[in-house]
Amino acid sequence: MKKKLSFGKAFLYGILIVYAVITVIPFIWALSSSFKNLDEIVSGAINFIPKHFTFHNYKVIFVEQGLFPRWLFNSLFIATMVTLLNMFFNSMAGYALARLHFPGKRTIFVVILAVLMIPMQVTMIPNYLILKSLGWLNSYQGMIIPTMINATFIFMMRQFFVNFPKELEEAAELDGLSKIGTFFRIVLPLAKPALAAQAIFVFMGSWNDFMRPLIILSSPELFTLPIGLNTFKGQYISYWNYIMAASMVFTLPILLLYAFFSRYFIKGISFSGGK
Amino acid sequence: MKSRFLKRTVRESLQGYLFLLPALFVLLLFLVGPIFYAIFLSFHKVQLLGTTSFEFVALKNYMNIFDDLRAKIAVWNTAKYVLIVVPCQTLLAIILAATLNAGMKGEKFFRIIYFLPTLTSSAVLTLIFMWMYNQNGLINKVLDFIHLPTYNWINDPSIALYAIMAMNIWSTAPFYMVIYLAALQDIPESLYEAAELDGASAIQKFLYVTIPHLRPVTSFVVIMGIVGTFQLFDQSYIFSGGSGGPNNSTLTVVLLIYQYAFKNMGTMGYAAALAFSLAIIILIATLIQRKFSKEESLY
Repeated sequence: MKKKLSFGKAFLYGILIVYAVITVIPFIWALSSSFKNLDEIVSGAINFIPKHFTFHNYKVIFVEQGLFPRWLFNSLFIATMVTLLNMFFNSMAGYALARLHFPGKRTIFVVILAVLMIPMQVTMIPNYLILKSLGWLNSYQGMIIPTMINATFIFMMRQFFVNFPKELEEAAELDGLSKIGTFFRIVLPLAKPALAAQAIFVFMGSWNDFMRPLIILSSPELFTLPIGLNTFKGQYISYWNYIMAASMVFTLPILLLYAFFSRYFIKGISFSGGK
Repeated sequence: MKSRFLKRTVRESLQGYLFLLPALFVLLLFLVGPIFYAIFLSFHKVQLLGTTSFEFVALKNYMNIFDDLRAKIAVWNTAKYVLIVVPCQTLLAIILAATLNAGMKGEKFFRIIYFLPTLTSSAVLTLIFMWMYNQNGLINKVLDFIHLPTYNWINDPSIALYAIMAMNIWSTAPFYMVIYLAALQDIPESLYEAAELDGASAIQKFLYVTIPHLRPVTSFVVIMGIVGTFQLFDQSYIFSGGSGGPNNSTLTVVLLIYQYAFKNMGTMGYAAALAFSLAIIILIATLIQRKFSKEESLY
């Protein structure tokens, strides 16, 4: 009996380890390629430790490829703005839908639920025309303003506030705080875990978004990293050492974010996946 | 007294609208408005030169879909992609979650590792895989080493789509695994104990206790999977340099919509009709899936 059990355990560990290797290899291979020189890349050898370890590729993308730092800045700027605005506006909307009473509340809630079901390809083309007539194509505001709220997270925040203990708000109100004061001073600080999960996913969504910048942005100075990287690939078609170095720089901020907030990541997913 | 009460409700209403103002602005201008605008566009021929002009063409855009060979290819590629990727990634997610949940040491470590692809952008993942799929690349070298046939993953029309499938199963399964993990932790331990008393083996416990309890979550995962896979774009765009090639083998519906809307002249209305048809197909697929799993307690 005992022996059989340990065999089962070994089998399970086998699955876990094999899959961990399958997951990690592409990243390690990319990382190692980013430190190799072109000769070694072209030779097609499958050594994971570079024979001639070099920072040259990173130097090239940051120094000689003048636009790369700009793309990094654009991505950081847009993703940060979008995240901050989302955190405020989604929470405010979610709170109003959960706690305040006003005519039309149900209709607005139903509309938000309905919008969740519409694939973005439908709204993408009209969005392009609307941004065009506003003169916002190829601009930061064209990237930021249409994504400064997110129906999914309005919904999530509403669910969060519905289950939020009412007593605290009532106490604050008795102490003479207005609804707005109560929200910003009492409710929002206590909603930190929900806000953190939201912030992470909004930031990641904006940072990794490919289709929207591809459509909206046309001048290379305004490109975000995904689009920049794609043109970069076209330009340096067989310089995989540069492309991999650029890819690694692109991935690092998200990995750092993950390292700091990993528990919220998992929580945030279970939030959206749970009942 | 009554007027004081009235004043209060008016004030609360105003506060409600104030709180919703930014959300309503974006919702109306960039989400709800565009849905109606898209319907309008799909019945028109749109000219973008200078000032945008519209010419009413009734159902012509929708009829054209049936004569469009590339649309047929795109639909076929997308359908194949959905039908292969969704079951594979769901199954893989269940297996990984069940394995991780078996009370093993280092569960946290494996969870962190598995999560890496979910964090990484599709653009980076696609580039890394293109680098590995290279004719002289890592994957072919490994296949060669264990005496398996090698392929021209990127440029062979009969293989390219499968190369994208493999990559996406690899990158999305761990995301769904996390959802399953949360669900697994909610299954009461007493059920397993009861099954054990009845002499159930580990595999029987998995099949008769775990799987039935995961049904609502599976339904959710499959729906999310269907919606996600139908919208395949980034990977095939980067893989083929925007063309959907080689020989249209990686052309997906969304890539085709993109090409007609933003790369071709005068086909924006047609692209809107295609986008609308896609939305309806996704909706129908989702409804069918829900009917099959007979699960109404999803939300």
